Amino acid sequence: MIQYFSIVLLLIGIYGLLTQKHTIRLVAALNIFEIGLNVFIISVGYVRGGIAPILTSQANTSALLYVDPLPQALVLTSIVIGVGITALALALARRMYKTYGTYNLDEMEGK
Amino acid sequence: MTAMNVSDIIEIVIGVLMTLFAVVTLFSRKIFTAVIGLSIISLVAVVAFIMMQAPDVAITEAVIGSGLVTALFVFTLHAGKEEGEKK
Amino acid sequence: MKKFISLLLIACLGAFIFISLYFPGGGTLAFPYYGDVDLNGRVSQAYIDKSVNGPNDVVVYGESTDEESGSANMVTSIVVDYRSFDTLGEVTVLLVSTLGVGILLGGKRKRLEYKHAPNFILKHGARLTFGLLVVFGVYMFAHGHLTPGGGFPGGSIIAAAILLLYLADDEFRVKLAGIKIAEGTAGSLYVIIGLAGLATGGYFLYNFLPNGTVGKLFSAGIIPIVYALIGLKVGSEISGAIDGFATEEVAE
Repeated sequence: MIQYFSIVLLLIGIYGLLTQKHTIRLVAALNIFEIGLNVFIISVGYVRGGIAPILTSQANTSALLYVDPLPQALVLTSIVIGVGITALALALARRMYKTYGTYNLDEMEGK
Repeated sequence: MTAMNVSDIIEIVIGVLMTLFAVVTLFSRKIFTAVIGLSIISLVAVVAFIMMQAPDVAITEAVIGSGLVTALFVFTLHAGKEEGEKK
Repeated sequence: MKKFISLLLIACLGAFIFISLYFPGGGTLAFPYYGDVDLNGRVSQAYIDKSVNGPNDVVVYGESTDEESGSANMVTSIVVDYRSFDTLGEVTVLLVSTLGVGILLGGKRKRLEYKHAPNFILKHGARLTFGLLVVFGVYMFAHGHLTPGGGFPGGSIIAAAILLLYLADDEFRVKLAGIKIAEGTAGSLYVIIGLAGLATGGYFLYNFLPNGTVGKLFSAGIIPIVYALIGLKVGSEISGAIDGFATEEVAE
């Protein structure tokens, strides 16, 4: 069920990227898109009844039923790249505000 | 169609909350509300990751998504407000 | 009009995704339905059994020794052992993006002004909490091969501790020269460890230290070392980005 909602979140993110004019709201839409995609990738690796892929003193052999660890490893790095992208995009937005005096893309004029 | 159990209900609640706050983020009148909405989506996504047995991802999302990214947004807004007042 | 076209586009895209994911129409599914994944025959099962190089017995926590990868946390064994080269590239992407932030928000800078000056208790209480948070971050990446966590959240927690100081103290600025040194040293050491693996084992980032018993603190070869380096690198990079955002350019 969470998979359907993650696709809906992804679509809302794309809609925001297409329609919004405020640069900070554009970055927020990019973040929504990214969260939806991350939840979707994790949900692809979920096994019903599986346990978290960590050997502990309770779950102590590799013969038990675990969820897929590979999507988790990919999403772990993707989240950290996401903060890099957000920081770069916000720095650009701030620079644009300094040059043009507005966050709105329609009001920007060439200088 | 199997009977609904607790985890299914929690999943639906999480999904509806995420969709709701995504709409709030895109269509709120004040930009600050949009930033807080984004932070709440991140927090709810943490619960989704824990439901799907991914503790590593959940910790990373909790620290980065709802902590650091929100701080970067708020700093950007604050700087813009201050520069706007000077003009 | 533009909004209507966007909505139409999104509806088409959504229908396309839903149909291709859940109604294959005679073909095979791109992904199995939610929760119905069978890991047997996938590479993930080899990662769980630690049997990528060949068949292996069942791994037992606290007993098995000298496995392919000595990490009890399977996500960690993928991130910094099986796919470590991928992680090196990812850390490079983060370096490039913070470099971009440094260029865009560069120059001579001073702190943003707060409307209300922080008082004595806030400043010194934040310093006390800063120590605890840094210890927690170090714990996070030192135990990355045993418990959930690791270098990425650990480094981010250290960056969050520095963010706390920025929020609580209106004069605090991190020393950017120190951050550059920490970041550069961690990055270079990661590559040097990889080259040492190339010299001793025959391929880049080979795990050349003994793997030890699964579940012990001193186990898993180079994984704790590499994760500590990643933690330092991520922490210093994000702290540098925070410094760029919490300051403004001084008009010359």
